[in-house]
This record gives sequence, C-alpha cells and structure tokens, in this order.
Amino acid sequence: MKEVTFKINGQEMTVPEGTTILEAARQCNIDIPTLCYLKDVNEIGACRMCLVEIAGARALQAACVYPVANGIEVLTNTPNVREARRVNLELILSNHNRECTTCIRSENCELQTLATDLGVSEVPFEGEVSGTLVDDKSDSIVRDESKCILCKRCVAVCGDVQNVAVLGSVGRGFTSQVQPVFGRSLADVGCIRCGQCIVNCPVGALKEKSSIQEVWDAIADPTKTVIVETAPAVRASLGEEFGYPMGTPVTDQMAAALRRLGFDKVFDTGFGADVTIMEEGTELLGRVTNGGVLPMITSCSPGWISYIETNYPEFLPHLSTCKSPQQITGALLKSHYAETNGIDPKDMVVVSVMPCTAKKYELKREELKVDGIPDVDISITTRELARMIKEARIMFDQLPKEEFDDYYGEYTGAAVIFGATGGVMEAAVRTLADILNKKDIQAIDYEMVRGVQGIKTATVDVTPDLAVKLLVASGGSNIEKVMQQLKAGELADTHFIELMGCPGGCVNGGGQSIVPAKDKMDIDIRAERAKALYVSDAKITKYRKSHQSPAVIRIYDEYLGEPNGHKSHHLLHTTYSQKPKLV
Amino acid sequence: MAELIPVENLDVVKAIVAEHREVPGCLMQILQETQEKYGYLPLELQGTIADELGMPLTEVYGVATFYSQFNLTPKGKFKIGICLGTACYVRGAQPIIDKVNSILGTQVGDTTEDGKWSVDATRCIGACGLAPVLTVNEDVYGRLVLDDIAGIIEKY
Repeated sequence: MKEVTFKINGQEMTVPEGTTILEAARQCNIDIPTLCYLKDVNEIGACRMCLVEIAGARALQAACVYPVANGIEVLTNTPNVREARRVNLELILSNHNRECTTCIRSENCELQTLATDLGVSEVPFEGEVSGTLVDDKSDSIVRDESKCILCKRCVAVCGDVQNVAVLGSVGRGFTSQVQPVFGRSLADVGCIRCGQCIVNCPVGALKEKSSIQEVWDAIADPTKTVIVETAPAVRASLGEEFGYPMGTPVTDQMAAALRRLGFDKVFDTGFGADVTIMEEGTELLGRVTNGGVLPMITSCSPGWISYIETNYPEFLPHLSTCKSPQQITGALLKSHYAETNGIDPKDMVVVSVMPCTAKKYELKREELKVDGIPDVDISITTRELARMIKEARIMFDQLPKEEFDDYYGEYTGAAVIFGATGGVMEAAVRTLADILNKKDIQAIDYEMVRGVQGIKTATVDVTPDLAVKLLVASGGSNIEKVMQQLKAGELADTHFIELMGCPGGCVNGGGQSIVPAKDKMDIDIRAERAKALYVSDAKITKYRKSHQSPAVIRIYDEYLGEPNGHKSHHLLHTTYSQKPKLV
Repeated sequence: MAELIPVENLDVVKAIVAEHREVPGCLMQILQETQEKYGYLPLELQGTIADELGMPLTEVYGVATFYSQFNLTPKGKFKIGICLGTACYVRGAQPIIDKVNSILGTQVGDTTEDGKWSVDATRCIGACGLAPVLTVNEDVYGRLVLDDIAGIIEKY
C-alpha cells in the first residue's frame, strides 16, 4: 500500500494513503474533538468540531474527511483552531435544549463532554430555536427535536447500517430537521424499533420510552407477584454503567441487585432460550424430514420480525413459529409457574430486562398473547435497569454475588451465547448433533458461526448422513443482502438461517449501555461484549447444551410433554403477518 | 396551461422515472417533471418515485423539501407570486402581500379551499424596474399600489 508522510504538531508521521487527519492523529495520541463522526458510518464533516489548521491552506479543514497528503503540516492546537471550534460549539449549543441536569444523557453526553473539555462556560448567542417537537408515539423510541444537533449519525445508522431509512434530513437551513417523512411519527413509518439510532445519538435527542415507573408501581403493589427475567446480553453490558471494563460479565451482582430492587423472583431469559432451542430444533428437524419450508429462519429478534413483516412478507413461512425467549419465558411463567405456585396469572407482573428497545413493542403484540393474557407485561432496557439500581441507591460494586432463583433461573451455556450473533445457531447445532447421534458430543465450539462478520456461512456434518448448511447474519443491511439472495433462489440448499436485527446481535442492541463514538474508534463493542458471553459459556455454566438443562428436562416432563407438542403450540408458538410500511 | 394529471394515475410518473433512471443524479429532473405534470409532489408520487428508483423515501422527501421550488401540497389554479427581491421589498412588497392575504384569507404558502388561488413569496424575478411586482401564473403586474390588488384578483 502507498504511504504518505506528513507532520502533525511538529511530529513526523507516515500513514497509509487515504488515512484521514483524524485517524492519523488518533494513532499518535493527538485528540481532535468530534460530534458527527461515527467511524465507518458517518464521516461527513458536518459539525465542524474537528477543524484543524493546515500550513498554507486558506481555511481551516475538517480532519474527519481530509485525507493526509505528502508533506502537509497539520496543527491541531492553534489560537485559530481553538477559537473556531469554540464558536462552532457555542452555535450548536445556542440551538440545543440545555436542560442538562434533567436530561437522560447527562454525564453520558458527547456535547456536554465537549463543552466541558473546550472550556465553554457560557453561550453568548441567543435567539430563535429550530426544533420543538417531541414524538413519543412509538412504543419504543422517543425523539426530541429540541435536543437534536443535526449530526445525522442516526440517519446514517438507520439508512446505511440498518437499511431501514426512516430517519432523514428534511428541509433546509435553520429550519432543517432530522425526521421521518411527511411529518409522520416514528411509529407510523416502518421503523423496526431496533434502537440503533439511540445508541449512536451523541445527545438526548433519541431515547427509549421509559417503563421504569410502571416497574416501580408494580413492585409497590402488594397484590402483585412481580417476576423479572433478564436476557443474556444484559449481563455483558450492565457493568459498563457502573464503571466496569467492557466485556465484564456481572451476572451475579445483577441477580443481587434485582432482588434488592424488590422483585419477588429473579429468573433468567436463558431458561426460555433453552426451551427455544428444544422447540426450534425440533421444528427444524421436522421441516428437514417432512419437506417443510426451508431454509428456516430464526424469530428471536423483534427488529428482524418487523423487518420481514414490512419488507418481505412473502417469506414469512420461512420464519420459525417459535416465539422469542422473552415471550417463551413469560408464557411459561404465566402458565406453569402460576399453576404450580397457585398464583392467578392476572396477579402476576412479568418484567423483562432486555438489551433491546423493540421488546417493548413485541410484548404488546396481540398474536403473542395466550388467551388474551400477555406473556410479558413490562420490558426495560439495560440502561433503564442501571437507572433503577442507581435510583434505589444500591452500591452495585459492593453487592455480594448471588444466583438466580431456582428452576426458571437455570440456563445453559447454549442459552447465554444467544446474545451474540451466531449464538442461536451454535446452541441449536449443539442440541441437534446430540439428538441425531444419540450421544453426548464433546466438540461443541462451533467457531465458524462466531465473530462479528456481518454474514457467516458454514456447513456442519451433524451426522455422517446429514450436512446442514447454515447462514448467520446480523444488522439490517446484511439481512437485506440475505433476503435478496433468498429471493433470487440462491439459498435453496441452506437449512437454517439466524438473523438478528442489530449488528453483532443482542450484545450491541439498542437498549444497551451507550458508548461514545470516540471509544468506538478503538474498540469493537460487538466483540468485547460477546467475549463475556463466551466466557460464561465455556467456564461458568454447568451445562452447555439446552437439552441437558435439568430445568428444561423438568418442564417437558412435568408440563409441556414434548417439543412442538400440543401445549407448546398453544403457549410457545405464533404466526406473523404483513405490516404496512407507512401508516 | 396543460390540464394536470390526477395523482391516482401513476403511469405518468412511472414513465418519467423510466426515462431518466439510468442518468446519475436523476432525482431532481424526475421531481421537476413530475411536479410539472401533476402540479405537486404528494406522498403517493414520491413513494412511487422511491420504489421505482429503489431509493429510500426519506431520501426523495429530503430532496423535495430541500428545494423551495417543490410543492408538497396542490397549488391553486391561479398562482400568485409576490416578489420579495430587494428592489420590490424596499418598494413595499410586504404591504402588497398583506393585502393579497387579507382579500383571499390566506397566508404565504397557502392554497384557498376552493383550489382557485395560491399565494407564494418569490425570490427576485428580474423585473426590478417595475418594483413592486406580482405575477398571476404567467401574467406580470408591476409598479403596484395597494389599490390595484382587488382589481387584479377580480380579473380571474
């Protein structure tokens, strides 16, 4: 590769041709402030925070879009640069709703951090403000235009990464806004509620619809039995909210915290994930042996479900009929658990803690209810759980390590890895291989479906006679490629496809802890958080295959009978239908 | 002026897209011609353009709202444009606008309920010697005084 040599703040550097000043500066530990920059996603030079001086150049240049050229001299800390950055920041702040102390992003706001770092102590500009609308019609996402700084990171993520493109630039000049089309609410334009816009927003312009008060109310109600279930990916991110390094699993402290918040029972969605494998694996085997619709596609991700319902309804028969682990856990709590403990399901409140904003919508879906009763009543994100823990003044890092409650809190390593892209696939193959070969196979690390690549394919010889072709993809734009292939008939010999709405799977879900764009320049949060799950799988959980879980064995013995049986179909399976793009 | 095509007829917009789709950056041209034929660019037409081009609707809508020449709502049979260029402005264009609006019960950008009139403020139309100026469709009225306005509107 061709290289270029240049000087930055007097220091000589050689970098590959095409490297931007921003990237080069980062390599030699020179920090250049950014707001609109999102590595590989949004590099548009819009916010003008990364201005630098180039000796001999007429004007200051945006470092995020300026490729280094041979012999240039870059200066990142001159009076001109500091003055320009500060004025630009003051102008952005003058049109930003600065209710910082009560803002959900206080202390985790890139704009606030910059204002502090650049020494902005007052905003000299006063006048009209351009955005006032708060759109809270969606079950999952609240959009507050008064805080939007038009960095367009959400536009790039929604369009280019997720291929959903419901947020766009509207209008021109001072009145320009980031909005859905024709003044519609996000609830009415085919948004899949993945929340990737939220985790990539530098400020508080996008946030989840909070369900915290509902949870507090339920806990305070003496007539209610309030049960919590936590998704695998939550334990891989929750620690970040309390200062733990990314990728630290905080499962045991989380269980302790949930108990102290006042939940009557602390269970794990991993239980439902193990049941999902039994149901989905059986369904797949059935389709393979009986000539059913193949490839079969997973149905755990509500973002993906919305994507297929709005964009590819003709392929709905490919979806597994299994509900998601959130719903399966809830459905079994409100049936088996309620019956065995003599509780009226109407007096139960099932709360799920999810890495996901779309789960808030999923639990309200009519087709997932059992006899009119929702499986899950309230869903909160990883971030909301952290807020509740803080509000309750629980000292998270001082908590003793505790375990989930019995039975519904039991889960296998196979369930834990559901949180990473490829995890559902690996969990399913572990069980399928054992069942088909009628033995306890020891080599169960299916590395070929692990990792953060957008699309992965593998062929696994599960028996000497059966080689299953697998495909794993995550993130809307990768899903789109897979669906195009499916449409073109190119995946006719593939058996099983795992699709997750968010890039990297649930560990990078829209409900997870928010990581500043600057940190994302150096670390891949998808990989870091996934490590926590694979460590749990390899070293911590007692069982690593869903069908070996004593809890799973018991629920089929005592209650469900057999996978895909009559009871399972009533409680754990559903069907989906076409949804309009625009309402 | 040719009769406008009803929005229900999507064949014309599809033909416009088909004609230009291979040209890079064709969206502007398509929007312009579509507006010429239909009079404005409602959701149905923008949605068709987006689908035909395989482009997100947000992108089409972004362009349609960026340029002031594109209308998202139907314009009147008679389009009044009052020039707000510098010369017209200093010669009293604002009172002219106010007068038009008070007669028609409109605001700038509006179309009357009967669909007869729409009122817009325009940039300089290059008739500064006649300032202040307004146009009704292709007709130009210059050196206006407030008392002229009612008479002009009555003519249509």
